Amino acid sequence: MLEKVEKLIKQLSSFLTMKRIYITASLGLVIAFLVMFLMLPGKNIALLDPKGLIAEQQLDLLVFTTLLGLVVIIPVFVLLFVFAYKYRASNKKADYQPDKKDNVLLEIIWWGIPILIILLLSVVTWVTTHQLDPYKPIESSKEPVKVQVVAMQWNWLFIYPDHGVASVNELPMPVGAPVEFSITADAPMSAFWIPNLGSQTYAMNGMTAKLHLVADKPGVYPGMNTNINGEGYAKMRFKANAMSQAEFDAWVSRAAGSDNHLDWNEYTELSQPTKDIPPRYFMLHESDIYDRVIAKYMDHGGGNKSTDNQNSGHNHEGMGH
Amino acid sequence: MKGWGIDMWGRLSLEALPHDIVTIGGVVGGGLAVLAGVAALTYFKKWGWLWREWITSLDHKKIGIMYMIVAVVMLLRGFADTLMLRAQQAVFGAGDGGPISADLFQQVFSAHGTIMIFFVAMGILFGALNLIVPLQIGARDVAFPLLNSISFWLFVAGMMLMNLSLAIGEFSTAGWLAYPPLSGLEYSPGTGVDYWLWSIQIAGIGSLLSGINFLVTIFTMRRKGMTLMKMPIFTWSVVGSMALVLWAFPILTATLAMLTLDRTIGTNFFTSDLGGNPMMYVNLIWAWGHPEVYILVLPAFGVFSEIVPVFSRKKLFGYKSMVMALMAITVLSFTVWLHHFFTMGAGANVNAFFGIMTMIIGIPTGVKVFNWIFTMYKGKVSFTSPMIWFMGFVVTFTLGGLTGVLLSVPGIDFQMHNSLFLVAHFHNMIIGGVVFGLFAGITYWWPKFTGFYLHEKLGKIAALCWIVGFLVAFVPIYILGLMGAARRLDSYDPSLGWQGLFVVAAVGVLIIGLGVVVQVAQVAYSIWKRKELRAPHDAWGGRTLEWYAHTPVPEYNFAVLDTVKSRDEFWQMKQENRFRSKSTLLPIELPKNTSAGFLIGMTAGLIGFAVIWHIWWLVVIGVIAVVGLVIWANLREETEFELSVGEILRHEKSMKRAGL
Repeated sequence: MLEKVEKLIKQLSSFLTMKRIYITASLGLVIAFLVMFLMLPGKNIALLDPKGLIAEQQLDLLVFTTLLGLVVIIPVFVLLFVFAYKYRASNKKADYQPDKKDNVLLEIIWWGIPILIILLLSVVTWVTTHQLDPYKPIESSKEPVKVQVVAMQWNWLFIYPDHGVASVNELPMPVGAPVEFSITADAPMSAFWIPNLGSQTYAMNGMTAKLHLVADKPGVYPGMNTNINGEGYAKMRFKANAMSQAEFDAWVSRAAGSDNHLDWNEYTELSQPTKDIPPRYFMLHESDIYDRVIAKYMDHGGGNKSTDNQNSGHNHEGMGH
Repeated sequence: MKGWGIDMWGRLSLEALPHDIVTIGGVVGGGLAVLAGVAALTYFKKWGWLWREWITSLDHKKIGIMYMIVAVVMLLRGFADTLMLRAQQAVFGAGDGGPISADLFQQVFSAHGTIMIFFVAMGILFGALNLIVPLQIGARDVAFPLLNSISFWLFVAGMMLMNLSLAIGEFSTAGWLAYPPLSGLEYSPGTGVDYWLWSIQIAGIGSLLSGINFLVTIFTMRRKGMTLMKMPIFTWSVVGSMALVLWAFPILTATLAMLTLDRTIGTNFFTSDLGGNPMMYVNLIWAWGHPEVYILVLPAFGVFSEIVPVFSRKKLFGYKSMVMALMAITVLSFTVWLHHFFTMGAGANVNAFFGIMTMIIGIPTGVKVFNWIFTMYKGKVSFTSPMIWFMGFVVTFTLGGLTGVLLSVPGIDFQMHNSLFLVAHFHNMIIGGVVFGLFAGITYWWPKFTGFYLHEKLGKIAALCWIVGFLVAFVPIYILGLMGAARRLDSYDPSLGWQGLFVVAAVGVLIIGLGVVVQVAQVAYSIWKRKELRAPHDAWGGRTLEWYAHTPVPEYNFAVLDTVKSRDEFWQMKQENRFRSKSTLLPIELPKNTSAGFLIGMTAGLIGFAVIWHIWWLVVIGVIAVVGLVIWANLREETEFELSVGEILRHEKSMKRAGL
């Protein structure tokens, strides 16, 4: 029995030469990459296909940084394989100097070049971090649309305070107009992200996070939560619907005239943990729902309940703001 | 006050047993494996041997081997979790349902991350440290042998609690770092988060004690003549790593303690209201979490810094540069934690600062890569399996470095944070960096402790499976991240067309799985053929002192302690042919076995279990027992035994007679 196993192993071993193994491995990789590549056409590769100013700037930054990185990476790959091949033990012609002295010049080069690259990237980072600060309003000739976002377990509520309407799990927005989001959570820490439009932001209890985005092309873009906040986390999706100003105005008047009224009672029901509520529109019946959601978490103990949301809300804005 | 009958067992009841078929399968499988082990030990009458030779041993080499065994078993469990996650996303994610519910899926990914970091990576790391560091610095033991045993058994206790959650109760669904408020009492009232807290709290205290132990060992027990700048580079990497343990793990301990208090006695450190602040938790956990990455990866750098010179038959290029780079990374790793949450609303100045600090770490890391590559320059490179791991490491780690620099730019991170791009990046660093490094190290040092090589060809096949499998598994995950896929999704909108890429990723994981199977076969086959694969003391033409010790290493490591003269001491000894010792043989003191470490560890585990289930009387008994055990362990009078000159001589001769 054992001898048979040994014989089988020997046969297998002589068939599987290292050369054949290397060829199989390389072929496998090539096929896998080919398959992946063939899967891509027709898909929404959101980060490489921006539909708004912020996402566009972020793509430019992504491309620039990648190219800068390749300046270091390509020499690494080339040197690795060239040296590995040239100085392989079986190559008797190659020079062998086991006690070769350290070459200070070479070391200065590869401390120096990365330092220069990082110096350049640091400047770019400083500038773009300020330029892409989510709190910074987008300059535009159009009036910004204000949207208050509440992350609930596990649905999204969008309140349009200036338009007197609200929407669940769908985010209608006019093309070309900057949208000023105020984001909070009535759920464990969540995160608001529309990949085609750019920047995501955490949504947290008792605080407002600001985010400014704009859609430059009409379309329906997937939006989602990216921070786990309970069982229904994966289902917490919405559609960002970028439409013309006329369509948006029509939607607003439809919603304002609808029979669905959003007041605190309706909100309390809506914010119960549920999954997959189909998109719904509301006429905004009470204007302070967003502030009351924040105030729910403003209890500091000792009975000193602050009702001045403006004030304490500001204190609870994200760190540094 | 309820009667004893109801309250005595706290929250524990039959309800805690698993209900769903997947968990039951896991419990039955795990239970059968444990039963098989118990049956085998009983059948072969090995319980006494296990107790005397292993469980109560204070020999750093045996403790190292035990760490390795536990960590490898946990690797298999963590990998089983991977298979479930990949199967869910590839097969059922685009539809609804499947055998894995959302709740179970969340338990599985939380367990996967926790196990892989705390019980696999940390376990193999401490195993390697125990095995190598004392030998490399030419010492006979670690500074505190009993503390070492306590650390190990605390690690085992944490591991046992972690796995017990499968059978009794549930595991956390809050991810491997359990951010509040999700991990708070309001949203996670069950025992899951408590299991998470106590398993890593107990294991983490073990890690902290080990960190102290190894720092003291390296700073005080180096062989005479081995100045800091003559220390082997692996030991230098351990200095960096253990300094980080010393500075970072207390933060973890305190943070976990505060969350435990929030959950157990109702304090408000991290609650959303009553003055609590969840953002503080996020800051604190990453103030530990980012250094933790370097705790794992620095020793992997150290391993490659040993392997490349040995297999290039040439000294390490730029030793001083390498030491500087290691120390720079050690310090810088404490200045970057905020890059884990650029999207939490910090101002542009703060974000930009932490982004730039993160990029700066890329500089010393890049220097290390160039130094390794130039070590091959004008060398004689033999492509053994450790070198295959090295080549795979440079390729994958450099790609991970690039994506890491992308993520460090806040403007880009705003788009990639919490996406699968991020998931691919850190697996890139942990698998391509830490795992490849540790596997290379295991292959390289294996013959020192067993007396035989691991089968080379199987090793190369395994390495190739891992490298190819890694790329096939994680390139699609990168692409999915660019498509806007968030992490941790148990289901997704099928119309987005993500399923194909998830299937490719699953195939990649199966290729890695093939690598794991080959590795198991490699170990089994090598043990079977150990006579043919027999290795000499100096298995690879080594450069450092561990290769000067006998193989397998005797309990006292070195019979005589000659002064060290140069950096690559053993290589120099071979060059100058100076093997005759100038020292005289003296009696050697070695630590006596004790059960204290085992008992303290197990009692700590019991305390954890009792708090998780609110069995307060058991907590009291456990705490009293631990205090008593610590006092007893310290009052022991004869902690060492002496090996006489005659015994050492006999031992040395017997090893030479065996042809080693």
